[in-house]
Amino acid sequence: MPYNKRFDGRKFDELREISAEVGVIPNADGSAKFKIGKTIAIAAVYGPRVLHPRFLQDPIKGVLRCNYNMMSFSGSGERVRPGPSRRSKEISYLTEKALEPVLDLSEFPSAVIDVYIELLQTDAGTRCAGITAAALALADAGFPMKDLVSAVALGRIEDKIVLDVSKEEEDFEGGMADIPVAMLPRTGEITLLQMDGLVTLNELKEVLKSAKKACEQIYKVQKDALRARYLK
Amino acid sequence: MGELKVKDKDIVVPGDVLADGMDFLPAGGAFREGENIIASQVGVVSVNGRLLKLVPLNAKYLPKKGDTIIGKIADVTNNCWFVEIGYSNQACIPLRDGSMEYIPKGADLTQYYDYNDYVVANITNVSRSKEIDLSMKGPGLRKLSDGRIIKVNSAKVPRIIGKQGSMISMIKQMTDCRIIVGQNGLVWLYSVDPLKEAIAVEAIKKIEEKAHIQGLTDEIKVFLESKVGVKYAIQ
Repeated sequence: MPYNKRFDGRKFDELREISAEVGVIPNADGSAKFKIGKTIAIAAVYGPRVLHPRFLQDPIKGVLRCNYNMMSFSGSGERVRPGPSRRSKEISYLTEKALEPVLDLSEFPSAVIDVYIELLQTDAGTRCAGITAAALALADAGFPMKDLVSAVALGRIEDKIVLDVSKEEEDFEGGMADIPVAMLPRTGEITLLQMDGLVTLNELKEVLKSAKKACEQIYKVQKDALRARYLK
Repeated sequence: MGELKVKDKDIVVPGDVLADGMDFLPAGGAFREGENIIASQVGVVSVNGRLLKLVPLNAKYLPKKGDTIIGKIADVTNNCWFVEIGYSNQACIPLRDGSMEYIPKGADLTQYYDYNDYVVANITNVSRSKEIDLSMKGPGLRKLSDGRIIKVNSAKVPRIIGKQGSMISMIKQMTDCRIIVGQNGLVWLYSVDPLKEAIAVEAIKKIEEKAHIQGLTDEIKVFLESKVGVKYAIQ
């Protein structure tokens, strides 16, 4: 059966409802909450502080250390079991790599900036929600950044390119590809691009075009959230 | 011809385009990318002729040579004191800059500054790898004994001090407090009257919270007058 209508009635190039808030954890140096559909991510930034063990230190610039974690009650637990795992370790690493290009940490040699990302509720697109929240938290903490990072997960279901894949779509048994994208919306530079499944070159081009448009929408929500903290 | 994309005193966030064209120059908190000048921090724009500067709303303390800071003694070795100053690296007071008085050879250094003592010190040098040297030699540099220490965001320190110290001298005069504001965001307060000390703390917290609002000096003046019950007159 062809995939003509999405489970939640959205258009194929429509995001779920998004909202962002900054400064949700007063004790942290910077923090943010990002919500996309039913997925909720909270990010908190601490530091710079001295990095131990010493062999991990970089005498030229500070080190970014991310920690991605799904809370134990966050999802249905059917496919991904929450908590520390190979998967969460890998996502932590790629979050670092997605955020590093925008950060200038040359003022903090031998130090570490810790970013803790906790997923309160998971409903697909968690790594993207995590990256988006972490970028906001880093900006809130006052670190010099080239740009914010916005991220969104796209997919291919049969012959349709779908934006912001939901849990039902992610679990779709037939031809499905899952493509998380993170980018600097101002310049369109891509800092994360993964693919699980198969797409053709033309489909990938379409995915990136759709991702750019969606990231610009997310970017606007991010910027408004950062301003809203001070415009109350 | 260059065009300014924001107004003076606007709040901007990283990635915002402040201006295009080569007529403007980026200063702190902004950078040039091609033709555009772009913000790199959350801050308030300050347009000064051709110069575009950001006053950050939240920032980590970056030690600078010449800053007077308040720090806590974290470690004492046999030739220096290590001080926690709110930066990732600890700062160091070498023995020769430790005190105005003569420190005899082999003296017990904790007699001068012990663990957990707070000191007012001056940054004499910041190396490229961010090793920080402090000095205790200078007017007003000393160990802090009485009073209390509060912590504020270091980005808000210029606001707490005010133009030519207008804000801080008003708080001092109205509350009869002795106040030292360290550039790193640590503030020392002391008053014989604990109630007045509490008012001063409240005023400083208020400034920290509303640092981005214009006309803050007047608001704090009204606040202090209502709390203390005396009209403020510049001496």
